[in-house]
This record gives sequence, structure tokens and C-alpha cells, in this order.
Amino acid sequence: MIALSDYLILGAILFAISIAGIFINRKNVIVLLMCVELMLLAVNINFVAFSHFLGDSAGQVFVFFILTVAAAEAAIGLAILVVLFRSKQSINVEDMDALKG
Amino acid sequence: MTLEKLIFYVLAAVIIAAAMMVVTRRNPVHSALFLILAFVACSGVWMLAEAEFLAIVLVLVYVGAVMVLFLFVLMMLDIDIAVLRAGFIKMLPLGVIMAIAMAAELILIVGPGNFGLEQYAAPVRHAADYSNTEEIGSVLYTVYMYPFEIAAVILLVAIIAAIGLTMRKRPDTKYLDPASQVLVKRDDRVRMVSMDAEKG
Repeated sequence: MIALSDYLILGAILFAISIAGIFINRKNVIVLLMCVELMLLAVNINFVAFSHFLGDSAGQVFVFFILTVAAAEAAIGLAILVVLFRSKQSINVEDMDALKG
Repeated sequence: MTLEKLIFYVLAAVIIAAAMMVVTRRNPVHSALFLILAFVACSGVWMLAEAEFLAIVLVLVYVGAVMVLFLFVLMMLDIDIAVLRAGFIKMLPLGVIMAIAMAAELILIVGPGNFGLEQYAAPVRHAADYSNTEEIGSVLYTVYMYPFEIAAVILLVAIIAAIGLTMRKRPDTKYLDPASQVLVKRDDRVRMVSMDAEKG
């Protein structure tokens, strides 16, 4: 049988990979957004696994809300990205220094 | 090893390999496509955990909507990949060390010692006619009614914000304002000139 720890280890590895992704792709905003999506996926795997093993559907309802918020976040994030690209012709994080003192 | 366990490990390997490709690919379009693979494999894992409704929602909402949005934006923007890749190798060792340290710490906590089958026995499988969607719906529309409504409002805000952010006035387009067209009076357009008739 699949143990709870198998799901949790899968989530932990996925979260660690997305942390590394944020480090090594720190100039490309769109890959950073994808890494955030991966992190949310890792968290959702944990929620689903605990919901399954504890027999409580609250975990699955929470995943439903996380998916909602993540979809809204992706939509607004990409809209900001499009506006940013229109004004700077670049999505490089280092070009975003308009608020620098 | 049971078939169930074999499927789980294959799906987990696919998820981890796809996640690796997402963070290391040179081309962001490839990253997005591997992210789709990770989501689809993850929905299989959720299927094994008897979260059938969420597995379908993950494919429908994430692969069907969010990732298509990602690909749309990626292909619309003319991105100079070479500039964005500068410093990739420099940060790679730090990223790998961080990832390994973090994964090791997390696995020490959530590993088989604390969350194995002895501590959390595998739950009994539901019968074949059990409906996961019905179970979620029965709590979502009763206990979680207000959070559900707030989620709907959040989605509405996201729609309005995305449209409001990306909409812009373009002075070069030949655009007519319908309101000012409707408000036009006869006197604004027609000028009566009284003049003598031609004598011929």
C-alpha cells in the first residue's frame, strides 16, 4: 500500500525543485511564475494526501480554494507581465528598477 | 510490489522529471509544456488518493485554462532568451545545494519514520459506487458556503483586474465614440445658407 510518507516526500521534492528553479531562473519572470505554480502543486499534493489518510474532506475543499486563488493569481500576474513588456520591451527582473531610490 | 504502488512510483518519477525540465529548460515554451506534463501526472496521483473531483479539476482548470494562458502570453511576447539565461550557470550550484538541503530536511520530518504505514494506516478503499464529487459538493455548499462565495468574488476581481490592466487607449486607431455620436444635434452638422436664386 502507498504510505502517507510517499505522498509527503513527493511533495517535499517537488517543493525543493521549485525553490531551486526560483534561484536559477531569477531573471525570467514567466518561469518564476511557473515555479510558483509548481510550489502550489506540491502543497496541494500534501493536502490531498492528508485528506485521504485522515478521511476528512476539508483538505480537498481547501485544495479547491487554492486552485481558485492560483488561477486568479496567474491571470493577474500574466496581465501585469503583458503591461510590463509593453512599457519596457523586456521581462528581465533586473530591468524592473523604476521604484529604485 | 502491488500494481497500485508501481503506478504511484511511475507517476511520481514523471512529476519529478517534468519539474526538473521546467526549471532547467532554455526555452520557456518547453518549460510550460513540461509543466503541463507535471500537472497531468499529478492528477493521476490524486486519482490514486481517491480525490477524483480534484484530479479532473486540475486537468480542466490548470491544463485547460491556466497553462493555455501561460502559452498564449509566452508566444505573444518577443522574449530575448539569451539575456534571460545569463547567470544561469552561476546560480546553479547555489540552487542545487538549497534544493538538496531543503528536500533532505523535509524528508527527515515527513519520511517513513513519522508518517509511515505504522503511524497512519492506509484507509479502506471506498466502494465502486462512491462519489467523491458528491461528498465535496455536500460540504462545499453547506459548511463552506461563505468561502465559496468569496472565491467567486476573487475570480470576478481577477477578471476585472486582468481586463483593466491590459486595456489601453490607442490614439492612432480610427475609433468613434458612440455616446458623442448619439448626442449630435441637427444644428451641429447642417448649416442653412440663404442665398438668392440664380437668374438664368
